Amino acid sequence: MNMPDAEKLIFGRLTLEAIPYHEPILLATFAGVAIIGAVLLGLITKYKLWGYLWREWFTSIDHKKIGIMYMVFGVVMLLRGFADALMMRAQQAMAFNGNPGFLPPHHYDQIFTAHGVIMIFFVAMPLVTGLMNFIMPLQIGARDVAFPFLNNFSFWMTVAGGVLVMASLFVGEFARTGWLAYPPLAGLEASPDVGVDYYIWSLQVAGVGTTLSGINLIATIVKMRAPGMTMMKMPIFTWTSLCTNVLIVAAFPVLTAVLVLLSLDRYVGTNFFTNGMGGNPMMYVNLIWIWGHPEVYILVLPVFGVFSEVVSTFSRKRLFGYASMVYATVVITVLSYLVWLHHFFTMGSGASVNSFFGITTMIISIPTGAKMFNWLFTMYRGRIQFEVPMLWTMGFMFTFVIGGMTGVMLAIPPADFLLHNSLFLVAHFHNVIIGGVIFGLFAGINYWFPKAFGYKLDPFWGKCSFWFWLVGFWFAFMPLYILGFMGVTRRMNHFEDPSLQIWFQIAAFGAVLIALGIGSFLVQLWVSYKRREELRDVTGDPWHGRTLEWSTSSPPPAYNFAFTPIIHEADAWWDMKERNQRRRTEGYLPIHMPKNTSAGIYLAAFAFVVGFAMIWHMFLIAGLAFLGLLVTAIGHTFNYKRDFHIPADEVARTETARTEALAAHV
Amino acid sequence: MSDMNATPSAALAGNQDVEFWMKEDHHPANGTLLGFWIYLMSDCLIFACLFATYGVLGRSYAGGPTGAELFDLPLVAINTTLLLLSSITYGFAVLEMQKDRRGTMMAWLVITGLFGLGFLGIELHEFSELIGQGAGPQRSAFLSSFFTLVGTHGLHVTFGIVWLVTLLFQVGRFGLTPANKRRILCLSMFWHFLDVVWIGVFTFVYLMGALP
Repeated sequence: MNMPDAEKLIFGRLTLEAIPYHEPILLATFAGVAIIGAVLLGLITKYKLWGYLWREWFTSIDHKKIGIMYMVFGVVMLLRGFADALMMRAQQAMAFNGNPGFLPPHHYDQIFTAHGVIMIFFVAMPLVTGLMNFIMPLQIGARDVAFPFLNNFSFWMTVAGGVLVMASLFVGEFARTGWLAYPPLAGLEASPDVGVDYYIWSLQVAGVGTTLSGINLIATIVKMRAPGMTMMKMPIFTWTSLCTNVLIVAAFPVLTAVLVLLSLDRYVGTNFFTNGMGGNPMMYVNLIWIWGHPEVYILVLPVFGVFSEVVSTFSRKRLFGYASMVYATVVITVLSYLVWLHHFFTMGSGASVNSFFGITTMIISIPTGAKMFNWLFTMYRGRIQFEVPMLWTMGFMFTFVIGGMTGVMLAIPPADFLLHNSLFLVAHFHNVIIGGVIFGLFAGINYWFPKAFGYKLDPFWGKCSFWFWLVGFWFAFMPLYILGFMGVTRRMNHFEDPSLQIWFQIAAFGAVLIALGIGSFLVQLWVSYKRREELRDVTGDPWHGRTLEWSTSSPPPAYNFAFTPIIHEADAWWDMKERNQRRRTEGYLPIHMPKNTSAGIYLAAFAFVVGFAMIWHMFLIAGLAFLGLLVTAIGHTFNYKRDFHIPADEVARTETARTEALAAHV
Repeated sequence: MSDMNATPSAALAGNQDVEFWMKEDHHPANGTLLGFWIYLMSDCLIFACLFATYGVLGRSYAGGPTGAELFDLPLVAINTTLLLLSSITYGFAVLEMQKDRRGTMMAWLVITGLFGLGFLGIELHEFSELIGQGAGPQRSAFLSSFFTLVGTHGLHVTFGIVWLVTLLFQVGRFGLTPANKRRILCLSMFWHFLDVVWIGVFTFVYLMGALP
């Protein structure tokens, strides 16, 4: 074997040319990331935190710690995704009158693709999964999830996918196809480079994690509720988590399958979505939206749960219409599978099919509207406290309703023929994703932060963050609605008509306001950490909450509850407080808990190598890494000693400390 | 769930005889079988997508060979028989497991694995014949979807065999512990699931595909 052959065997198509050293923006980004990364790693080494991080966090199977890690990962990726957004807004604000802007089309197309992929898969998904992971087991009175190891593994697979996307920034390039990579554009002929392969493998690796996490959380809710908690006594957030995870399990396999078919087209030369040899690109578009439409409900249902918890807590009232809220959630879950075709009314399905999907789409607004009224009626004659989570909730109600109504407009097929692929559509889905999902996540973070860390978030910076986001959102996206009405299409790199420029400049101003909102959030975290003694909550119940997570200490002990609660009412903790329950302070028992394991992180590392090697056609390395994955997985099944008991006197010590803290506080 | 839910409607404040905290240890039911079942349903959706793709593309021959020209039904019948028999022998293994007879249980598992290997061997033979005739997965959309659907099933059987061998080692070494019994039942569900999928493949791909 001569040298080039050996090189090809090991490195595939990876050469030094793949490093984009001729692109100053990427080079500067790389330098920035490298410096920040080096400083971070240096600090961790200096303060000897590696052992602590490894033992207490990376290998932890505690659902609370995994939940927090998901949130941290989501926030970090938010910064990347938002940097993309700022670049797009700046480019479109300046690329007029022959000015090409600062992003060539080749680069710009990668940015809008990466922005969409990152924001959905590596920001919204981890944040939502993180919240469910942290809160849901506490709400049902469980000690952990059904499969703690799988939980850790799922998290690391999500991270591995995210790292793959980030790697595309500095080694090779990302897809230039838009966030759903429609063939034939994403096929081998139109996109022969590694961009689409990065897209495919990052989503496949992360998708495994998401599916397994969905299975895990369903089994947890079905099997591990505390005694007395019947389905109709579950907190609404748990209900929405259940429906979301059902959607995950029923939707993500479709994404897996369709991406496998696209990979086969690209790697093996099959003809699923090609233009010739009998291939049918519309098959891809159908399949990807059969996943894609439920996906938006996967994101928004949990935050509907967050709003339900927040509204009733800060209105000091039981949630209005609990049963209707549950049924509305379930109806949305089912209907979300019957609407996918509204994403491509213009692609020739004919009037009858379009009418069917237009009508099903409009029907979804009914249960969603019912939810909105339930929240309003919960607030009606309540003692509303305008704490930060409640502000986010009210901002959501104002903003989301507009997004919902523009959605109904898009659901009318004749109107959609005018608005399809215009900036109106872009404004619509940002209206529901930001106004719904992101606002809900911030409400959730501000609401449950004291539960996770034992102190509240600083309200001043929280309010700054809220107002910047809210006003920034309206500035950034209302101009896009207007531009969409004028017929401006999405994903444009530059424009000819100078009269449009002012709207893009207003939108860019909005993006700057949102940047300030994100900045305020980061400042809020820092200031709160600094002021943590003033903001400390000893009671574990800072908002006078209604559900079980507020009955334990903040942060909760590893075992969550020293004694498993018994549930009599829907708002279980409120019920306990109303009836003057006494905290049990004796008779502690040893508690059966799962042991930490490093298998998940190794498996995900192998999966990352498989993905990276496949992207660059390093088939030898890919094969070896896959073998490593298989052997590690099998090896892990030989470990039968996965649990231990926390001794009773350790539980007693922890709980006595809490008893004393509570006594000192009162 | 348990029967601990005393007086659900006791809305009286200060009701002293209502218990809010369990005195004894609470052991939620093991969720492994449920979780595995949910996983199988997610896997079933992957097959559903592949079936749908075959349904759409299965007659797009692109001027190439058709199913009627390619499929060797007697060979597929033998293959189907092998897989169905392997499901039965797996059932025998589970019956033996319930009687705690480790040796015969393992023997039935070995027989199941051999049937599985036979199935795979015939499938690989069929694939190599087709590719040899120039009817590989690249030839037409029909053949792309055929190879992917049948091949995905075959890949599942392969993983099933790897798992089966692993389980044989584990049962041999650690015995029929509750954890191992649970794993045998999970693999049992997996194996029967593949059988059900194959019946779909046999009917929709081979029998209906052989029609002109």
